[in-house]
This record gives sequence, structure tokens and C-alpha cells, in this order.
Amino acid sequence: MKLTDISSNINEWFDGSGPLADIVISSRIRLARNLAEYKFLSRCSTAEKTEILNKLRDTLMSLELGDKIFYISVDQAPVLDRHFLVERHLISRHHAFGKGPRGVVIAQREFFTAMINEEDHLRIQVLKGGLQLSQCREQINHIDDMIESKVNYAFSPRYGYLTACPTNLGTGIRVSVMLHLPALKMTGQIEKFLNATRDMNLAVRGLFGEGTEAAGDFYQLSNQVTLGVSEADIVSRFEDTIIPEIVEYEMQARNQLLLKEIDVLDDKISRAMALLKNAHLISSQEALFLLSHLRLGINMHEHMGASTPAIESLCTFSGPGGDAGKTGGLSITTINRLFMLTLPAHLQLNYGKPLDPTHRDVLRAKIIRSALNQDM
Amino acid sequence: MQCQICKKNEATIHLTEISDGIRTEMHFCELCAQEQGIAVKSQVPINELLSSLLAAQPADDELAGEPEQKHACPRCGFTLEQFRKEAVLGCPYDYEVFDKILLPLIEKAHGGKTTHRGKVPSKTSVDTKKQIELMTLRQQLEAAVQSEDYELAAELRDQISRLE
Repeated sequence: MKLTDISSNINEWFDGSGPLADIVISSRIRLARNLAEYKFLSRCSTAEKTEILNKLRDTLMSLELGDKIFYISVDQAPVLDRHFLVERHLISRHHAFGKGPRGVVIAQREFFTAMINEEDHLRIQVLKGGLQLSQCREQINHIDDMIESKVNYAFSPRYGYLTACPTNLGTGIRVSVMLHLPALKMTGQIEKFLNATRDMNLAVRGLFGEGTEAAGDFYQLSNQVTLGVSEADIVSRFEDTIIPEIVEYEMQARNQLLLKEIDVLDDKISRAMALLKNAHLISSQEALFLLSHLRLGINMHEHMGASTPAIESLCTFSGPGGDAGKTGGLSITTINRLFMLTLPAHLQLNYGKPLDPTHRDVLRAKIIRSALNQDM
Repeated sequence: MQCQICKKNEATIHLTEISDGIRTEMHFCELCAQEQGIAVKSQVPINELLSSLLAAQPADDELAGEPEQKHACPRCGFTLEQFRKEAVLGCPYDYEVFDKILLPLIEKAHGGKTTHRGKVPSKTSVDTKKQIELMTLRQQLEAAVQSEDYELAAELRDQISRLE
């Protein structure tokens, strides 16, 4: 399988389906594991790393996952492919640009990936659209059991699964939920959200873009404590308490926009549409920022029945990206496609060769214009 | 509550200053607090937290009389000096070798918790499983005593003695 087989489509977890998908983009669980008979990677020679890599690759490739699986040797992959895998959330930035023999096993439908020789010998993850943490936990637990029947994990009765960094110790679990919170941002309440998450000992990062900057109002919320709390308790705290509360706050902010700040809302949506339809050069950050406002408008129409002048014009839209026959307007799938396919590595991989930033901005603007303009 | 500087944003930072017996309360939004030079960070990255915790630990040579802390791990040759630089350990055995140094750090990173709860590999021997169960019960017993739930405490105590 080649990366270009998947690069022209969005992945399943970003297709706009799943519980609460208007606000919760996706749910992810990853487990950190190490082999008992080897040192952690910082003390392994290249030969030992290769041995671990081969052993885990063979184990993972023999798993029955109900989907085709393929392996990519990350250290030998072209730089562009590595950027693509990061944009796709299939590997971490650390894995893409780390050192030494390392690889990734990916299920073709992209719900499962396993990074070999990242910070730990093995990091497995399961990703699903919307709020589906229990389902993620069930699936990853089953996959973990299958792997564990073939290898010996480093485990201590007192500290649980032993990881290279003590911050992942115990369950080795990292639960992450990706959220789209444009209304909290528009109503000036995002700082309150960030403070509350800090008080709850959670980590917040941006979903797209570099570092902690949350481009396009997408936030990724994860647990930090992995020791002394069971996997089930960590997951249920997210699924039953934290996330429903945040979703409720975002819904209240959306209602507030409709009731008191229609002009603010319509201004953002209309400006976003005007810029996206007309720009000839657009950076990845700007595209994410503007598409976020269109996504908000469409979701408010579909899930809350909102009907302001700007939302109406999105919903009666019948350009090439519109789905006028089915839903009567610009579809969330089109917006999600534009989010993902205009990211820098996606653009270049689909174009067939590397492009400098200016050419990327030209191509990005062209793709967006042709999806949003009727006459192009 | 509104920020007392910009009078626009919600105040999320609340300061109480007591000077010469006079108490003053101040309420700022994050932005204005930053402009006032009051350091506010929305999120402390985990590696930053770790390095600050490590920096607070005594250096190897300050640990006179604790030779095991001064030496390299016999299995992987890892030293605490390397841990300070890289923030990752050398091998699973390091958790035993450097336990005294690591324990307070683990406690801080995991909100006061120091004992695993949750999944156990199915291959784990019956003895180890029993050991884990005992540790969990002892923790529950401690919590029950603290919350003065003596009925539960007695029940847990009986369970522990049966297992032992």
C-alpha cells in the first residue's frame, strides 16, 4: 500500500460521524509498553533497537485486526511522508523526526496504529470519530492482550507497566479527545476552559498546527495522571463527566451567539466565506481559522436548527462542494476534507512533488476556491 | 467578576496581598495579568514539570551515605545525571535502583499516587497477582480509616488477613 492511496481522502475518524461529532471530533487511546528483556531505548545500541523493531513488527503484522495492515519504516521514509503521517495523526512528531531504527504499523482504515521505538518500545493507539472512548478502550485492550500473549511486557506489581519516562508509568494510558470549540473562543470564554482543565490536571494542545497553538479552534484534551487510577476510571471520568460538561459549555456559548450575538456570528461566517471564496494565496493557519467558522455555521444549522442570514447562505449553497440534493447546502464532509487535504504535506503528496510555501499557498487557495465557487 | 484593569474580560486570576496588616484583593483576566508581569501559564508542559522536579532533587554528590544513589545501574549503566539531562530512564530495573530519588517525583507527577491500579498482564504469576491485590486492599484500608468508615475498614482488614 502507498500513502497516496489514502492521502486524497480524509480518515474515518474525521468524516463527521460518531456521537457528539459536531463538537467532539475524535477519541483516542494510546498505551505505552516496553519489552521486559531489553533496556529502554536511550540505552539500546542500534543493533538492539533493530532487534526490538523486528520482533515487534513481526508480532504486530501477525495480528488479526479485521483490516489490512501495513508497515512503514519511518527512519527510511522520505521527509514528506513523515510529515504526512504526523498530519494524519498516525505517528507523533517525536517519532517522525527521532533517531535510530523505528517504524509504524497502520491499519488501512486508520483506526489503529502502533509506533515501534518511539520513546517506549511500543506505543499502540486506537482512534474513533466522535465521543467513543469506551469503544476505543475495549478495542485497544483486546489488541494489547493479543500482543501480550506473544511478548513479555516490563511490569512491576507496584508501578504497573514500566515506561521510559516516569510520567507514563502505571497504566501507560493516554486518553485524548479532540474538540472543536469555536463558540467558546468567540464569546471570550476559552481562557476559562483552559484554566478549568489545568485545575483538573489535564493537558491541552492544539490539534492541528505546531506546538500548543490551537489552530482553527481545535483542542486536544488528555489525562496526565497514569498511575494509581485504573484505565476504566480514567476513561469514565472523561466520557461521563469532563467531556459532557465541556460540550454543554460549548452548546451554551453557541446558544448565546444565536440569542445575543447574531451579528458577531454572521460576521465571522460571512467574512470566512468571502475570504475563502476569493483568496489566491492562503496559509495553512489562515485556512484552518476560516474553515473553523464555516464548520460552526453548518453544525449549528444541522444540530440546532439555527437559521441566521449567514448560515442560510451556507445552507442554500449549491456549488461543487455543496450537497444541495441531499442536505441542501455545503456539507460538513466538504469542510472536513478541506481541513485535512489542504494541510502542507497532504497538499504536496497529492500534487506529486514538494512545493515551496508560496506555491503551497497558491495551490491551497485554488483547491478551496474550486470547492466553494459555483463557476470555477 | 470583571477584570479590574480592562473591565471587559472575565477575571480568572485572583490575588490577595497582605501588606502592613492591610489586605488588598485584585482580580485580573489572564491577558491583563500577563501585562502586569504576573506570570501565568495556561499549561505546564510535562517535560517542563519533570525538569523542575528533577532540579529540586539533591544532586548525586549531596547524597553522601547513600552509595546506591551515587552509582550507575548495574544492568544498564544509567546514572541520575543522565536522567536529569534526558528525562527518560535507562532500563526497567532503574525504578528499583533509583527508587528513593524517583518516588517523590512519581508522586508529584501522578497527583500523589504511587501504586498501580488497573490492568495486570495475564501472564503474571499467582503470587504477584496476590501481591498486587494486597497492595490495593491496604490502600483502600488506609482510605477507609481516613474517612472514618470503620465498618469497611474492618471488612478490608479481614480480607487482608485471609490473603496473607
